[in-house]
Amino acid sequence: MQKIYPRAEAALEGLLFDGMTIAAGGFGLCGIPERLIDAIQASGVRDLTVASNNAGIDNEGLGKLLRTRQVKKMISSYVGENKEFERQFLAGELEVEFTPQGTLAERMRAGGAGIAGFYTKTGVGTVVAEGKETREFDGETYVLERGIRADLSIVKGWKADEAGNLMFRKTARNFNLPAATGGRICVAEVEEIVPVGSLDPDCIHLPSISVKRMILGAPYDKKIEFRTVRQREAA
Amino acid sequence: MATAVETKGWTRDQMAARAAKELRDGYYVNLGIGIPTLVANNIPPGMTVTLQSENGMLGIGPFPYDDEVDPDLINAGKQTISELASSSYFDSAASFAMIRGGHIDLTVLGAMEVSEKGDIANWMIPGKMIKGMGGAMDLVAGVKKIIVVMEHVSKNGDPKFIPECTLPLTGKNVVDMIITDMCVFQRENHDSPFRLIELAPGVSRDEVREKTTAHYVD
Repeated sequence: MQKIYPRAEAALEGLLFDGMTIAAGGFGLCGIPERLIDAIQASGVRDLTVASNNAGIDNEGLGKLLRTRQVKKMISSYVGENKEFERQFLAGELEVEFTPQGTLAERMRAGGAGIAGFYTKTGVGTVVAEGKETREFDGETYVLERGIRADLSIVKGWKADEAGNLMFRKTARNFNLPAATGGRICVAEVEEIVPVGSLDPDCIHLPSISVKRMILGAPYDKKIEFRTVRQREAA
Repeated sequence: MATAVETKGWTRDQMAARAAKELRDGYYVNLGIGIPTLVANNIPPGMTVTLQSENGMLGIGPFPYDDEVDPDLINAGKQTISELASSSYFDSAASFAMIRGGHIDLTVLGAMEVSEKGDIANWMIPGKMIKGMGGAMDLVAGVKKIIVVMEHVSKNGDPKFIPECTLPLTGKNVVDMIITDMCVFQRENHDSPFRLIELAPGVSRDEVREKTTAHYVD
């Protein structure tokens, strides 16, 4: 079973169709599967529903798919930094299902874990709970949220071995882990692919069962949304 | 000769410093964006407080030096940060399991409105572009103690601590303490009313009363 593909286009072959649901990893521009997003843009697939915490920024990340109008609906918690998103949303061209950040992560995790729904206190008494079943447990009200089972997951990892065991780096792990498990098939792009046996099995974040196809996406030019620094004290 | 300056109310930094008085040794804390972030600069020396970033990190360090900036290391506000020797990373589902599961001791958040029953509105204004709630709804639903830090009145001079929120809620009956530029309100539990427990320098009880429409115990 060869999981390594030469290019993103090849790794996505046969997996894309109009109207499909895609779960994408990343938080802001940190740990986004940018090679796979580029390939999805190039494929021209349309009417996508994309579950992703954010929607990229103009011309970066998922912002690219918004610009080409390939996205019909976003399932997200925060979409602040994106002018084109704002324009399409206000014009009624783009549907958005605002989902609290933790609920979104858990919906992806649950979807991949065979859990159809779960009860949470998050959003009770707010618009998020409108039209959803609520139930009392131990004197407190919880709202039923559904797991997300996507047609495809796209994630960005740091290192993978040839079998598809994957490690993330620092806060780039974020939604990549729950997104990876929440899809019927997961395609990963990574910065480095190493021979089997090179990674400590105790340090694998995403076991190979979740990674069906992968590509080497390097070299990356990682973007920073807000560069904040401190000055060195004078010696 | 220094001249005595008449001070009235708290600055943003002083509000953050007041919130920092609620920290305890060993606390795990999540700080919102804006004034709440300033609380990190006011952790008392000798006290161990671990800051959580909801994208997936415990132990937020200071902003990095210019040559140590790492795009893979950001906080929930998407700002570059650094790690500490005691830091750990995890995914966002695990992060919100900590939050939702009641394992975070304290959160400090900003707000547009707080009601006398402890409801909070801080994520959307009808008619304006909705950016989304991010992790705010999860935080107010799951963290053990919720402190709101906000200006006492809006830019138009309207009270923000009011009988009922007019804006869409972030959470219902969740706020434990309110720190404004004028005073501090606190309640013992989610069934009791807020009580005015502290006044900022130069602020009188009457002035608080005048700028507050919520019912509270004086």
